[in-house]
Amino acid sequence: MNKYTISGSPHVHSTENTQKIMYRVILALVPALLVALYYFGWYALRLTIVSIAACMLTEWLIQKFLIKGPLTINDGSAALTGLLLAFNVPANLPIWMAIVGSIVAIGVGKMAFGGLGKNPFNPALVGRVFMLVSFPTAMTTWPQAQPIFEKGFFADAVTGPTPLGILKESGVGSLAETGDMQFLDMVLGNRGGAFGEVCAIALLLGAIYLLARRVIEFVTPLTILLTVFIFTGICHLVNPANFIAPWYHIVYGGLILGAFFMATDMVTTPMTIRGKILFGVGVGLITVVIRLWGAYPEGVSFAILIMNAFTPLINKAFKPYVFGVVKPSKK
Amino acid sequence: MSNTLFISLAVLGILGGVLAVVLYFVAQKFKVEENPLIDEAEACLPGANCGGCGFAGCRALAEACVKQAAEKGNIDGLACPGTDMGKVAAVLGLTAAAFEPKIAVVRCNGSCQNSPSKVHYEGADICAFANTLYAGEGGCSKGCLGLGDCVKKCNFDAIHIDKETGLPVVDPDKCVGCGVCAKNCPRGIIEVRPRGKKDRRVFVCCVNTDKGALVVKNCSVGCIGCQKCLKECPFEAIEMRGNLAYIDPAKCKACGKCVEVCPRGSIHAINFPPRKPKTEDPKVLQGAEPVVKPQPKPEPVEAKTEVKPENTVKA
Amino acid sequence: MNPIKTFQKGGVHPEENKLSAHLPIQDFPMPKQIIVPLGQCLGAPAECIVKKGDRVLTGQLIGTAKGFVSANVHSPATGTVAKVDVVMDHTGYYKPAVFIDREDQDEWIEGYIDTDELITDIKLDSKQIIDKVKECGIVGMGGATFPTHVKLMVPEGKKAEYIIINAAECEPYLTCDFRLLLEKTQEFLVGVKILMKAVNTDKGIIGIEENKMEAIELLDKTINEHRDLYKGIEVQPLKTKYPQGGEKQLIKAVTGREVPSGKLPIETGCVVVNVASTYAIYEAVQKNKPLIERIVTVTGKSVKKPGNFRVRFGTPADLLIEAAGGLPEGITDVINGGPMMGKSVSVTNFPCIKGTSGILLMTLNEAQDRRQTNCIRCGRCAMACPMGLQPFLLHKLAKQNNFDETEKNHIMDCIECGSCEFTCPANIPLLDYIRYGKAKTGAIIRARNQK
Repeated sequence: MNKYTISGSPHVHSTENTQKIMYRVILALVPALLVALYYFGWYALRLTIVSIAACMLTEWLIQKFLIKGPLTINDGSAALTGLLLAFNVPANLPIWMAIVGSIVAIGVGKMAFGGLGKNPFNPALVGRVFMLVSFPTAMTTWPQAQPIFEKGFFADAVTGPTPLGILKESGVGSLAETGDMQFLDMVLGNRGGAFGEVCAIALLLGAIYLLARRVIEFVTPLTILLTVFIFTGICHLVNPANFIAPWYHIVYGGLILGAFFMATDMVTTPMTIRGKILFGVGVGLITVVIRLWGAYPEGVSFAILIMNAFTPLINKAFKPYVFGVVKPSKK
Repeated sequence: MSNTLFISLAVLGILGGVLAVVLYFVAQKFKVEENPLIDEAEACLPGANCGGCGFAGCRALAEACVKQAAEKGNIDGLACPGTDMGKVAAVLGLTAAAFEPKIAVVRCNGSCQNSPSKVHYEGADICAFANTLYAGEGGCSKGCLGLGDCVKKCNFDAIHIDKETGLPVVDPDKCVGCGVCAKNCPRGIIEVRPRGKKDRRVFVCCVNTDKGALVVKNCSVGCIGCQKCLKECPFEAIEMRGNLAYIDPAKCKACGKCVEVCPRGSIHAINFPPRKPKTEDPKVLQGAEPVVKPQPKPEPVEAKTEVKPENTVKA
Repeated sequence: MNPIKTFQKGGVHPEENKLSAHLPIQDFPMPKQIIVPLGQCLGAPAECIVKKGDRVLTGQLIGTAKGFVSANVHSPATGTVAKVDVVMDHTGYYKPAVFIDREDQDEWIEGYIDTDELITDIKLDSKQIIDKVKECGIVGMGGATFPTHVKLMVPEGKKAEYIIINAAECEPYLTCDFRLLLEKTQEFLVGVKILMKAVNTDKGIIGIEENKMEAIELLDKTINEHRDLYKGIEVQPLKTKYPQGGEKQLIKAVTGREVPSGKLPIETGCVVVNVASTYAIYEAVQKNKPLIERIVTVTGKSVKKPGNFRVRFGTPADLLIEAAGGLPEGITDVINGGPMMGKSVSVTNFPCIKGTSGILLMTLNEAQDRRQTNCIRCGRCAMACPMGLQPFLLHKLAKQNNFDETEKNHIMDCIECGSCEFTCPANIPLLDYIRYGKAKTGAIIRARNQK
């Protein structure tokens, strides 16, 4: 006879679990990965594999030999961190740098705090920002997209400026002059930049899947995009000569990747709707400020990391309204 | 260049000086007068802030000692369960009652073998919660749940769950007898008893007051209330609490006769040298002086979770 | 039909699995010996007033209520008291009980009106009804077993505007209330009238989840056919969402009023009574029949013959499982009640009592994998909480024994519906910790109030 299980109610549970959530996000990133393979070929593939492997290995080693706790390497969170990290760096980044970045992302960004669920900052972004400040040249030398059907899978990378880099260096005028930085190319991904962020269409496809499976909520991404759009829109209206139109800001750089896949990371973002709105507005504002007036051409990573730091405070300040409790203001 | 250096030095130096003066006056204004004896008394205490003395921490106890010493000229009734209060008394120029070291005793032997598990528990690792949910894996409604509320609360790392038996084991070297574990056991299994002379003590390792027939169902070593020990004891140290024998440590001379007659092996004698290989358990011999100290009664089983009716969903 | 209403905040939608919804109620034969526990309600167990060797009649009082939230216990059969002893309840604890050796023929107590005909004329007045309810030992039969007469006694200065009948049956699997509504529609409606008379109101609302359309239509039809008789009774369809049958959620859904935190539902002018209790009240008031039986759903996906049984109290549950086709292979969870609020049982031979709404047998597959992982702070528990609490936070605070903070975070408002734990992707036993925290916090608050 098998023993009965004694447990507190409820005795049924939803079929959701952490593993499923993680693998769904990875699945949602596959279209963008395919586009990246198309434009960056061998470099993108190599970097993705190395970075995922390095992240998973780091987590496994730390859990096995440092923490000596249960191994949760199969839950997909390390793989996701590796994938996101790869998505955020130039495709032609030297392999050893990617490995260092992965070790920092998992080791410092996640495991140092106690593992999944306890890290205050998005591990992939910690890794990315670490690399950005440690290897500034390598991290800002962006390869240009070159479709593999034209140049072959193993074609050498040709570096060139990213749209945001051009904006920062030479202002709006020069971007208009170059001519090939068309909006359509931006959306399809035919441009320079970190290889995961280039194709807005593929990213949105993944985002729609996540929204449909209710893995992420639309609140944070929407507020980020709206904030960026409105803020840059105001700047554009005030001075079109200095500030580019807002829709370019949406598709340039890593905003879509950041808004849908990094700012929706459950661990490091607020829990309540109101908190998520505040978080989104914060990310949007900081991104625009860094892009327009900061030293770096791109500010999404910094913006999300800064707002990550505020998340515990936001969680504390914006609690859900408790049933049957009269708000003090109504008294 | 030297100009800049000079100016910075001067500004910072003056700033430092001014702030030092300010700090001095602030410190004077908010100075707290404290009896230096408190510090000295505190130094005699373990500093673990276990709360076993009934005060918020060791310093609070030290303060209370100093206060009572000044008012009444004694420190009676104030005692750290784990330390000889004689030292504190000496600091205050007094003498204290003789120190009786104590130890926590786990009065359940319902290990995985003695009380085989019938159901499987899955849920929060809190005895206090599991206690409201079911009788226990072995089926004994008075026995140890083995989830370690006592372990979590111990400030001295002196109690641990034995993986093989599933029962908590007290580390005699570390236990100071503060009683935090006893307070936190929802079933009152742990009792703080005097250590006894040479660390020898005899106790009934069961707290089940149910009728013998019900005890036998679930456990092979539970007390069935047969009263054999009661008749055997030459010192009348054993009393019946329901269907459970209880050895009063104040009366017990640790002769060990009860251990021999117990048909269930429920009475344990600790730290007795093995005499004859008569019984399987080498736990008999004579021994220690009784120690005079009122016994803390076993904690009553904690009230079950009260569910407020209006707060409960109905199907 | 009225438009569908619901409560807004939180809630989850577990698989409904109403496997026994189409199966009519069967009378379950009593065994030779029945064991009637004396503690069948929320409060203190009743005090035994019979002794060994006494002959008791069906419906005879054998235990008198002790204390405010306690209820009388009656003999469910005619026979001789074999002994007054302890019996193991579903949790494995021993509780006092009366063992009765049954005679084959039921001999009813004096005053019992043995008829199956509908008695529509309510002779008693408000006070008499409440006394009758108290005398007959009627409790909330949804599972909480709160004595009904306490609910009906509206405190001074308060007015009951609505009688709300809780027919939501939001627990998955359970169908006992649904079957009762279909088979005893008229009796049930008279019961509602009695309740309305008891608290002096002319409004009675029956809240039913829309997955029980059959019952909604039947009730609507019956009320329309007998307009004069059932004046003031309304049927309110509700969205199928757990915990629609939570008292506070039901009041919110039906009337739009919120029960203030820490207060009783009467603050909003509502008295909520369960379907089975309403039917029991009909029988008590009109037929003078104490509460000695109830409908029990025996169900589970692997159960061969699920069913709804009319069971006299004291019948051991394993006989019911036997009648439902025996214990299937691979059962790991036996639950007394529904899957969301029910209690795990250690032994299957526990006697059925007033709160036993169902016996649910589940295999590991149905109960889902419970492997715990770290909290990923997804906030789904907070989204699912119908009371607007933050279960992840309460779990953490309870784990740290920080009961000042649990109180500030409204742990006492938790209705223990289990939505948080149901939805948690990390399989954390949130509710276990919250219950623990609630018990401890409650004890601290009570100790403080006594000072």
